Amino acid sequence: MDPESNSVGCPWSAEQPIVSLRDVHKSFGTFDVLKGISFDVRKGEVICIIGPSGSGKSTLIRCINALTPIQRGSITVEGQEVNDPKLDKLSLRRKVGIVFQQYNLFPHKTTLENVMMAPLKVLREPKEEVERRARALIAKVRLTGKEDVYPGQLSGGQQQRVAIARSLAMRPNVMLFDEVTAALDPETIKEVLATIKELATEGMTCILVTHEMGFAREVADHVYFTDGGVIVEHGSASQFFTNASDPRTRQFLSQIL
Amino acid sequence: MVSPFRIDKSPIEARLSSLLSWRHGVCLVLGCLASMAVAWGQSRVNPAVPSALATLVIWLPFILKGFALNLVISFLAMALATLLGIGLGLIQISLHAVVRAPARFITHLFRNSPWLVILFVVMLIIPVEIRVPTGGKIPIPDWIKATLAFTLPVMGNISEIVRGAVLSIPTGQWESAEGLAFTRSQTLRWIILPQCVRRIIPPWMNWYALLTLSTPIASIFSIHEAVANAQGAMEAAGARPEFLFPFYLFLLCLFFAYIYPIAVWTRNLERKYPVGS
Repeated sequence: MDPESNSVGCPWSAEQPIVSLRDVHKSFGTFDVLKGISFDVRKGEVICIIGPSGSGKSTLIRCINALTPIQRGSITVEGQEVNDPKLDKLSLRRKVGIVFQQYNLFPHKTTLENVMMAPLKVLREPKEEVERRARALIAKVRLTGKEDVYPGQLSGGQQQRVAIARSLAMRPNVMLFDEVTAALDPETIKEVLATIKELATEGMTCILVTHEMGFAREVADHVYFTDGGVIVEHGSASQFFTNASDPRTRQFLSQIL
Repeated sequence: MVSPFRIDKSPIEARLSSLLSWRHGVCLVLGCLASMAVAWGQSRVNPAVPSALATLVIWLPFILKGFALNLVISFLAMALATLLGIGLGLIQISLHAVVRAPARFITHLFRNSPWLVILFVVMLIIPVEIRVPTGGKIPIPDWIKATLAFTLPVMGNISEIVRGAVLSIPTGQWESAEGLAFTRSQTLRWIILPQCVRRIIPPWMNWYALLTLSTPIASIFSIHEAVANAQGAMEAAGARPEFLFPFYLFLLCLFFAYIYPIAVWTRNLERKYPVGS
């Protein structure tokens, strides 16, 4: 990783958590969405955040790359403090990629252009090198042959995989997935989950908000259950799904599984 | 992607818009020419003086020269209004209220004032000539002043069109760009504005048509455009009342023949790129 993407004066080594949240509070007006969330993510780990809708899962994940500012607490990514008025957003967002439920591809650009855009315009990297990388990423998400197609002509699952490739083109160290399969057909969900699983096995640090319990069980190192703006329970995937202790978790799992 | 914002036209509207076609334009022009022929037939009372139509033919080059000025004014005013309007529209969506407020004021001031009033104010405010520090004087012709006057209301409207187009882009586009480390200005330049172009072009062409149709107002200040020249020609040929009908009918045809194809083209573009596509 090149040294400039880490902010100056923040000693961070790979042994420390790559993402660390401490007592994170967020409210929209008088409505408290997050009421003191703390957890650590180590490099290469896959974290799944589950919970009923309205429990602040999406807000939580969006706080990590500063799309949503927090009111109190601390979030660090590779030692860089996110809750800082002088935050270097470019440096943070090079490290943290995000994929949304609604794909949000740029409709006026082809698949290849979508993937190439941020490295070209934001990082100002040479075109040949970006194009080589973009084509490799498109192949990685199994969309070879769709390079010159516009998003409107792709299926939801294909669009979502382009969105993943587009985010990976910035060479992030952490990937955030915000309910990325929630808008997809059951058949296309698999393709997207396969892509994420492949990333996880390659050692990418992934934080997912998901309703795919089977997937969480299979891929996650840790599962966090949030309800009412707090983490109610957490544990390793196997432990969480078989021996949940909190009644709220049990109730949620019984409804979903 | 399915466009969630597409407004389906009612059957009546769809039928009306399909009514607007080249063929009907040609019919209307032919109708105009036919009524001129009738006017010509009726006006041959005295073979010694040239007929109204013959007078029109004599003065035709003079009127067309005037029409060329209408076109020049419309081109220049539109070019300037587009540049200023886009700038003003972008300032209107600035994040700073202090910057936004004056842009919004200017936009609404010129959008909501009668063009004639703006024309009077501009004609009176701008001096006849500018003194250059080296000692010379640069005269400002009236038609330049009128061009500036026509620029202002169109600028206000384009400003509002740009603002509306930017706001019509789904917020997801802003978010995903932000997630990819684009700054606000990079997002506008590479992601938002390119998507706005399609939405802006039909209303932009509409305003060009309206602007061109309004240029004859300049005849009030005896700027030598088509209408002023036609009036001058009628005056010079003896101001006979039978001139009125063929001369004004000719002006109508002239503007119609220029604007109607633009209207048809705009309508086609609107159908091709409905809002939200």
